[in-house]
Amino acid sequence: MMDGYTAGGGSDPASLVSQDRRRSLPAGFSRAGRLLRELYARPSSALGTTLVLVFFFMALFGPLIAPYSATEQIAGAARQAPSLQHLFGTDHLGRDVFSRVVLGARDILALAGLGTLIAVVIGTLVGMFSAYRGGWVDEISFRLFDSLLALPALLLALLLLGVVGPSRNSVLVVLVIVYVPIVARVVRSVVLSTKQKGFVEASRVQGESTSAIVRRDIFPSVTPALTVEAALRFSYAIFLVASLGFLGVGVQPPNPDWGLMVSQARPYVSLTPWALWFPAAAIALLVVGVNLAADGLKRVLLPGRQS
Amino acid sequence: MSRYVARRLGFLLLTLLITSLIVFVVTQWLPGDVARVILGREASEPALAALRAELGLDKPLPVQYLSWLGRFVTGDWGTSYSTGLPVRDLVLERAGNSLMLAGLTLLIAVPLSVFLGVVAGLKADKPLDTTISVGSLAVVGLPEFVTGLILIDLLALRLHLFPANSSIRPGTGFVEALPQLVLPALTATLVLLAYVTRLTRAGVIEELRQGYVRTATLKGLPRRTVVGRHVLRNALLPTITVLAISFGWLISGLIVIENVFNYPGLGRLMTFAIDRRDLPLMQAITLLTVLVFALANLGADLLYAALNPRIRLE
Amino acid sequence: MNKPSPPVLQVDGLTVAYRRGQQSLAAVRNVSLSIAAGQAYGLVGESGSGKSTLALAVMQYLPENGQITGGAVRLAGQDLATLPREQMQQVWRDQIKLVPQDPGASLNPSLRIGDQLDEALRDGGETGQELRSRSLEQLRQVRITDPERVAASYPHQLSGGMQQRVLIAMALARQPSLLILDEPTTNLDVTTEAAILDLVRDLVQDHRTAILYVSHNLGVVATLCDRVAVLYAGEMVEDLTTQQLRLRPLHPYTAGLLDSVPRVGQRAGVDPLLPIAGNIARLDALPAGCVFAPRCHLAQQPCLDVRPELEETSDGGLVRCHRWREIAAGEVSASAARPATIVVQNDAPGDASALAMTGLVKRFPVRRSLAEMLRRTSARQVHAVDGVSLHVAPRRTLGLVGESGSGKTTTARCVVGLAERTGGEVTLFDIVLAPGLDARDASVLRRLQMVFQNPDEALNPYRTVGDVLQRPLQRLMGLSPAEARAEAARLLEAVRLSPAYLDRTPGQLSGGEKQRVTIARSFASNPDVLILDESVSALDVSVQASILNLLTELQAEQGSAYLFISHDLAAVSYLADDIAVMYLGQIVEVGPTELVLHPPFHPYTEALLSAVPRLDGATEESIRLPGDLPSAIDPPGGCRFHTRCPRLLGDICREQEPPWQEAAPGHRYRCHIAPDELAAVQVIAEQNGRLRREMSGAGR
Repeated sequence: MMDGYTAGGGSDPASLVSQDRRRSLPAGFSRAGRLLRELYARPSSALGTTLVLVFFFMALFGPLIAPYSATEQIAGAARQAPSLQHLFGTDHLGRDVFSRVVLGARDILALAGLGTLIAVVIGTLVGMFSAYRGGWVDEISFRLFDSLLALPALLLALLLLGVVGPSRNSVLVVLVIVYVPIVARVVRSVVLSTKQKGFVEASRVQGESTSAIVRRDIFPSVTPALTVEAALRFSYAIFLVASLGFLGVGVQPPNPDWGLMVSQARPYVSLTPWALWFPAAAIALLVVGVNLAADGLKRVLLPGRQS
Repeated sequence: MSRYVARRLGFLLLTLLITSLIVFVVTQWLPGDVARVILGREASEPALAALRAELGLDKPLPVQYLSWLGRFVTGDWGTSYSTGLPVRDLVLERAGNSLMLAGLTLLIAVPLSVFLGVVAGLKADKPLDTTISVGSLAVVGLPEFVTGLILIDLLALRLHLFPANSSIRPGTGFVEALPQLVLPALTATLVLLAYVTRLTRAGVIEELRQGYVRTATLKGLPRRTVVGRHVLRNALLPTITVLAISFGWLISGLIVIENVFNYPGLGRLMTFAIDRRDLPLMQAITLLTVLVFALANLGADLLYAALNPRIRLE
Repeated sequence: MNKPSPPVLQVDGLTVAYRRGQQSLAAVRNVSLSIAAGQAYGLVGESGSGKSTLALAVMQYLPENGQITGGAVRLAGQDLATLPREQMQQVWRDQIKLVPQDPGASLNPSLRIGDQLDEALRDGGETGQELRSRSLEQLRQVRITDPERVAASYPHQLSGGMQQRVLIAMALARQPSLLILDEPTTNLDVTTEAAILDLVRDLVQDHRTAILYVSHNLGVVATLCDRVAVLYAGEMVEDLTTQQLRLRPLHPYTAGLLDSVPRVGQRAGVDPLLPIAGNIARLDALPAGCVFAPRCHLAQQPCLDVRPELEETSDGGLVRCHRWREIAAGEVSASAARPATIVVQNDAPGDASALAMTGLVKRFPVRRSLAEMLRRTSARQVHAVDGVSLHVAPRRTLGLVGESGSGKTTTARCVVGLAERTGGEVTLFDIVLAPGLDARDASVLRRLQMVFQNPDEALNPYRTVGDVLQRPLQRLMGLSPAEARAEAARLLEAVRLSPAYLDRTPGQLSGGEKQRVTIARSFASNPDVLILDESVSALDVSVQASILNLLTELQAEQGSAYLFISHDLAAVSYLADDIAVMYLGQIVEVGPTELVLHPPFHPYTEALLSAVPRLDGATEESIRLPGDLPSAIDPPGGCRFHTRCPRLLGDICREQEPPWQEAAPGHRYRCHIAPDELAAVQVIAEQNGRLRREMSGAGR
């Protein structure tokens, strides 16, 4: 028997156990473990999570895995088909495609990840502040955000990049500008519905300060939706970085950007098809993986929501 | 209802005003000295001053914005820096091509995705639904250039069903261009398909849970009447809004797809303009696209309201 | 005598289970019942009793994870489970009909009422016109006076009561042999509920339909049914006639339910409720012996070990209890012992007031369209609260009663400052309160607290009970964290929860436990005045009774004054020393409880009293209100109640605001009719009602 607990009504043994554990283990640690277990309970999200983990591993240990550097043009080894020597072959300039794909993982994950992170942080702050504050501040900022959303994301990105010129930093800025309104809207809607709840009003009646209410009552309610949204944003960020690279307005050569690799290999597709299909496959697998994982997260964190 | 229409129109104008302000800030103010952008680094100071006066760049920003907007509204879209041609002719011709492609895409994608979404929703969590849902989840993630390249490799290079290159000549009509439109339209369809299917499915599942479905079933109506007369009527309403939003996706998608297939539309023109930092061209393309997108949204909102008694009878 | 007709519905040993993950939970276990033509059979139970599951199983319309795992449902001898889908559709169309709990969601929002009704009436072969005229006739039958307008409307244009009439019309369209009503009036106001119950009763008498009436409300069932089954945690614990239910139920649970519901006029200090201890049994943790044993005051060792069988009693009822013979013989009482602890300090109502509202006004602007702004039309306003003056004496309870839309919740929110009042004054003892919360300082907040309506939303799901209780102790009372924790434990004990609850999160609590925690929280600062806004309405009756008693005890211990807000006149009269009745933003009657409950009263109060479903089944010559509550945007001129008043005098009511009439010292109401005239008609009506009740042998 679990001692210390009277046999009360709605007590769920599983959650009682985890309550106990919270004291000895850092809260985030066991929570992440539980989340991971739930993600692995469904085949599709298990596949997605695995794919994401593999790419993260690649990004972390890329230089240890890749046999060549990303830019090294191996003398006399141009346009070689995949072999044990060059697992994914070499491109028209004699660069090892496998090394470039592995090393490219770090670029795209760092860029998309950082962009998402910044956008989520800013979007959350703006959304929470605006919604909690209400009134004309909220009215104006959200008219502005709605209008930003009337610009298709890629078009806005192209316009900005066209003006400031393509570079890695520009792409980062573009990601943030494009995603802040989207994140802010999601956060805002959750805050607006939480604000009406009895427990927030109870805190107000008991004289809690606004900052304490936002921190203690509102933020925890926002986290599940925010986590799911961050995962979705991350997947679109990868998508966008790759597309910009393909269009030649994103990360510039000779960086091993997957989108860029695809577009550079295109003229030689009949000679070195591997130089095109391996990076293309890498993009596809990563995005599909993130999507499946995000879908799994949504099922776990926001059960009952279908779309 | 008239109140609703008035409010929507108000929003539309406000949106256009704000987006045009954003475009103005990004293209006129952000790059710094436009005169230097046009004339280049070595230009002399008097020449720069003359051009600034000519373009009105010496005036205060609000005045510049208003006159810039005024010129746009009256149809004077300026001259392209890189080609020296009037921007309006260039953009409108390419816009026609893009619309042709978008139209064909919608023609294929909308009925197909709504159908798949309804089927998946009605068979929720059965094998058929899992296939459709996971399939669309996988496809939704593939960037357009990857699907485009796969389709080219399969249908053009291996099976020789359609041409791989879609660079039609100016003035080509829809029917004449059709063979070259098929592959890019199919690529764009895949993008929309996944998105619209998922949302339609969600709508159907949501409606199936409602109490009125039980009422209808317990009237002894056959399943197909319950679905056809009761569920779909309500489930497809939000799909109208979904389609409007997905139109924004389509625009983004077409920019990439036109570049993959070398199709002379607005997207291709946009990357061309960026390559040459052709600001008037970029402005015009962006504003026109925003206008079309906003109008599509307005149309969807009005259609939704007209079909939804809860709004119509307000 | 007619020879006994064969039962229309026969349920034999029915067991229904839900799959949840790997588990299979039997929500209904081995239930048997039968209903003859023209018979109305009531099915009573609290949440988790399985009553709705049983109704859906009879309809053969269980949710996807539900399944009949044993027994049979027979309609006129035919086992419904064996029918193929197509024949079941025929049964649904012609023979069994369901009137659901939520009328709003049960009508298709995008089809006109007429079209939805036509669908239920269609035989095939008739013309559209014939069909529609039959639909209109059907609407007239459910006493809809303008069927053409209703038929042309969409559901959202109708009130809840009107929607329910439409659904009843739909259900009766093809003269079904069995009508199932699943809590059909639960979400409706009392006056609407009363009208719907009248309607159902009359229609049943006309059509000789068999009725299965599912409800948590014994009073409702008693007014309508001949026979009642009581379900607890999926099992039938008693089956008896309504007469027996009134006189002498045998099962301790049935008795407990009866003792848990206050009757109008029952007072906490005089005749306390006898609540059932503990929480409702959960399906995944059923007791080994009698399902009710853990909560039963008569439970002995065999009750905990052996599950009792359903046994036939001497007067033809069924009961599932090891000790029913002792109860029937009068050796032990099915009712729990009367608690000794409730001490009510009936302080004389002095002149001092703990809380006073003077001319309180709250208006919400209705958004104007651009065109209206240009035309300079002045903004229209919702007159939610319109000149309310009330006062609550120290250590006493003022009950505020009214139907939804009366403005009582807005009044509460203006008092605590969650809504900023538009006009008038609110004082706490001698301090004039600022309209908004932000402008009130901690000393005021400490003295004025509120318990919220919905216990599920009133606690932050991410905070432990200890955390929830400690915050106000630290912030408002300035205790150190250690002191606050000790004090929080003491607060829990005050609301009869063990200190072990400090580390639990709201997700681990039952509804009643949550409400105890929110009450503990509001007592943390030992407030002088506590606002209770529908604080027991969302709870099951057995839990509700214990919370009502808890509130009485806490008031005696702590000496707080209460403003108790509810739509439930019986609950209000149980707790309150004084009652105020609110209609459309205004107070229409106020006075000491004993006086308000007896004539003369305001015609609206009269209608409210008349609408309360009583166990004794007295219903005839009741006052019923026509029409719906008017909009608070343009409230009716003159007397606000004139559009629905059963005692309307004439133009004077439409044109002139009624004066306050003094019926007795401290008892006032707002009406054009003078107290003696009103008393003359109302006393007769009341005596008639009482006489009939006595003749019908209402013993309780």
